[in-house]
Amino acid sequence: MNVVAVVAPPPVPLGLMDVLQVTLLVLVGAGATAVALIRSPPRQVIALSAYGLLLALLFLVFQAPDVTLSELCIGAVALPILLLLALAKVRRREE
Amino acid sequence: MTAAQRRWLFLAGAAGFAAFYLWGLTGLPGFGNYPGPYGDIINRIAVAQTNATGVVSAVNFEYRGFDTVGEEYILFIAVIGVSTVLRQLRGEREREARDEAVGRRVPPTSDAVRLLSLVLIGPTLVMGWFLASHAQTSPSGGFQGGVVLATSFILLYLAGEFLLFERVSPIDITDAVEAVGAGGFAAIGITAVGLGLAYLTNFLPLGSTPGAVSSSGTIALISFFVGLEVGAAFVLIVSELLEQTLLLRHRS
Repeated sequence: MNVVAVVAPPPVPLGLMDVLQVTLLVLVGAGATAVALIRSPPRQVIALSAYGLLLALLFLVFQAPDVTLSELCIGAVALPILLLLALAKVRRREE
Repeated sequence: MTAAQRRWLFLAGAAGFAAFYLWGLTGLPGFGNYPGPYGDIINRIAVAQTNATGVVSAVNFEYRGFDTVGEEYILFIAVIGVSTVLRQLRGEREREARDEAVGRRVPPTSDAVRLLSLVLIGPTLVMGWFLASHAQTSPSGGFQGGVVLATSFILLYLAGEFLLFERVSPIDITDAVEAVGAGGFAAIGITAVGLGLAYLTNFLPLGSTPGAVSSSGTIALISFFVGLEVGAAFVLIVSELLEQTLLLRHRS
């Protein structure tokens, strides 16, 4: 039977990536809160788009470029466009 | 129930949730530690098995290709749903169109938006094409490429050319492209069955150089079909919605 030794990796000093990761985690938290707190739907959509961009950057600094691309396309572009069009439709009906 | 009772109920629920949540957090593996074996195994064998250096695409279109077929058809069915629902509404709008537009002043598109959109159309198109056709080499793939391709059509609309948007993406042709994309994926799978292999087995030559554009057999081909499907699907959804909401502005 093979015995695999588990070696703890040596402690890595706090680098630029850690700073980026922590900063983006905080920004994503703040962005999500902002999206939830904004009351006006059109502004909420724009905030959602910015939040999608933040989320994409977060995935990028956590080394998931594929997910970054998907989030960039869907979260920052496609979803806001669909929501804006739906809002335009609803507003037209109200007038 | 009074407001005070409701608040206590909320606080009790929130406390319970917080307790379970924190308990769950303590059981998580350490930050950056990956416990499962699958990712490590895939990382070791994927490039040698498929000649695709875009390992995420290899996973999406090969190792779990069957799941991806299902995901693609979710989008396909969603588009059918959107066009069905909006088609029923179209009759209503056309009757009301004349009254709705009376006395409505529409602000013109600003020059800055028009210019930026026009400048971005070309690069966006190239970027989408690149992403959809390079799944096998680098982080990209049909899903992202398709959405970026559709974005270039939406930019055309943003530049204020709705009629042009309609002309370059007529519904009949876009419908056909979407069907070819969705059907192509399934057809690749069935072709493998016809050759006596399991569904979606990679039956094409893998190429000699890992990471070359011509490598990875069906992975690149499937990604290309997915790009067609997703791009056409988004153009269809957006043009259905545009017709619903914004066509009036150009006819009024």
